[in-house]
Amino acid sequence: MKKINFNKIEDKILEFLFFLSGFFVILALSGIFLLVLKTALQALKNIPISEFLFKFYWNPTSYTKPTYGMLSMIMGTFIITFFALLFAIPIGIASAIFISEIASHKFKEFIKPIIELLAAIPSVVLGFFGIVVLGPYLAKIFNLNTGLNALNGSILVSIIALPTIISISEDALNRVPKSYEEASYALGATKFQTLLKIKIPSAMSGIISGCLLGMGRIIGETMTVLMAAGCAASIPKSIFDPVRPMTATIAIELGEVAFNTDHYYALFVVGLVLFIITFIINLIADMILYKYQHSRR
Amino acid sequence: MKLKFKKFIELFWWLFLFASVNVTILSLFVILYFIIKNGINKISFEFLFSAPKKGMLEGGIFPQLFGTFLVTLISGLVSVPLGIGCAIYLNEYSKENILTRIIRIAIRNLSGVPSIVFGLFGFLLFVQIFNFGMSLISAGLTLGIMTLPIIISVSEEALKGVPIYYREIAYSFGATKWQAIKTAVLPYALPGILTGIIIGLSRAAGETAPILFTGVAFYLPYLPKSIFSQFMALPYHLYIMSTQHHSLSKARPVAYGTALVLIILVLMLNLYAIILRYKKRKIKLE
Repeated sequence: MKKINFNKIEDKILEFLFFLSGFFVILALSGIFLLVLKTALQALKNIPISEFLFKFYWNPTSYTKPTYGMLSMIMGTFIITFFALLFAIPIGIASAIFISEIASHKFKEFIKPIIELLAAIPSVVLGFFGIVVLGPYLAKIFNLNTGLNALNGSILVSIIALPTIISISEDALNRVPKSYEEASYALGATKFQTLLKIKIPSAMSGIISGCLLGMGRIIGETMTVLMAAGCAASIPKSIFDPVRPMTATIAIELGEVAFNTDHYYALFVVGLVLFIITFIINLIADMILYKYQHSRR
Repeated sequence: MKLKFKKFIELFWWLFLFASVNVTILSLFVILYFIIKNGINKISFEFLFSAPKKGMLEGGIFPQLFGTFLVTLISGLVSVPLGIGCAIYLNEYSKENILTRIIRIAIRNLSGVPSIVFGLFGFLLFVQIFNFGMSLISAGLTLGIMTLPIIISVSEEALKGVPIYYREIAYSFGATKWQAIKTAVLPYALPGILTGIIIGLSRAAGETAPILFTGVAFYLPYLPKSIFSQFMALPYHLYIMSTQHHSLSKARPVAYGTALVLIILVLMLNLYAIILRYKKRKIKLE
């Protein structure tokens, strides 16, 4: 008589369940892509894709002739992203260098939780801060009618990107082998020279992917830009103009649009474009990190 | 002369590094300062535990707190088991092959999907295809999938920290793989996993964009009756009180109060997670 080994069966079943939950992540990501794609394709039946990608004006509610040009909101996203990175990259990398190279153990224990808390602030609170504090302040110093503009949005979303950039850059700097540094000191280099010529170049790919991941977060940020960047659907001429990026357009319009109209489907085209842009950025960042972490082992 | 100039440049760089760290630290405290300063007067027992009245300008935010609590709870029912399961698979079972690599890429990319796209997805799948309507369950499931990557990565980190010999000792007693995980690995990794759960839940509690089209309501005169009811939520309440309300200046104190409650809720959860991890590290060092 053969005894059934229940433990073995239990083991196999659980292994399969764990595998399923791993597989679920792939399913979720591809599900998001396929569903949004399928809905977006409905719009492309009636509206040529060239209209979305090469025309400027987004005016789907026009009585005479609705237009679905995405370029103005792509420019909105671009302006916010560009200026946010202009603030976040230098400050983020410099903070990472300070934490990994200069800070004492005590200071590290102090700053790491602060960075985590910064990452935890809900984006709607940042947007609110933009409306009630930063907006009026910017209006006063630059003498503007309203402080709700691209600059306000950029400053706030750069705060969202900072923790990502700092933690990944710091990790990259910490992974540079000690021997590199010691070799540099042995040749008589100062701490500053070693940092600039040895450590930062060796950590560069990690730092770049940190910046890319930060960029992905900025492009995808919705509530902060929706509230603080002014939301005008026109082509921004300067950083003091209000802008309406892609994310904000979806957030505003999907709640008001009639279902299954061209306008409704067109919003999913915007979502699809957003998904594809952030997907590519994250994929590149992931590839760089993977290559880098595996070459060092 | 040249040397002095070099020294000057060097000094300038060190100052820049120092200034940058200060900007990072200050940005947190400046935000906290303004919200605490202007919101603290609004906080009272009545504000926390009564329903909004008179166009939401008076009364409290209890239904919003309650809605946020429920939707976060539902998100956790999805993200916690799946997240821990996935972390166990990746750290204990998976081999270095193409499938594992794809799962890892998917996790990274899922965490990078814009929150508003999660909203679109949740609306298409849960509200329309599954026909749950605008409801707690649609919003909760959407948030659950969104916070999955955070729970996975923190839990995996915790599992990685369990020494190999813990597993080996269990095997030497004849334990199967699952028994080893259950008795030796999970208890040791539990505080770390708990940290991940708390961070994930706090993220779900503060999100607005994914619930916009999946279940949150501007105003409801009653609390949600079932998981298929619409609900009010703190972050959305803050959004409408600061941008959509018909008399924004009158709504400002309520908005400040809501912002303060939301930020305290989220930061407390995160602070708890940080303390938990700190304690665990201390035990390990001893």
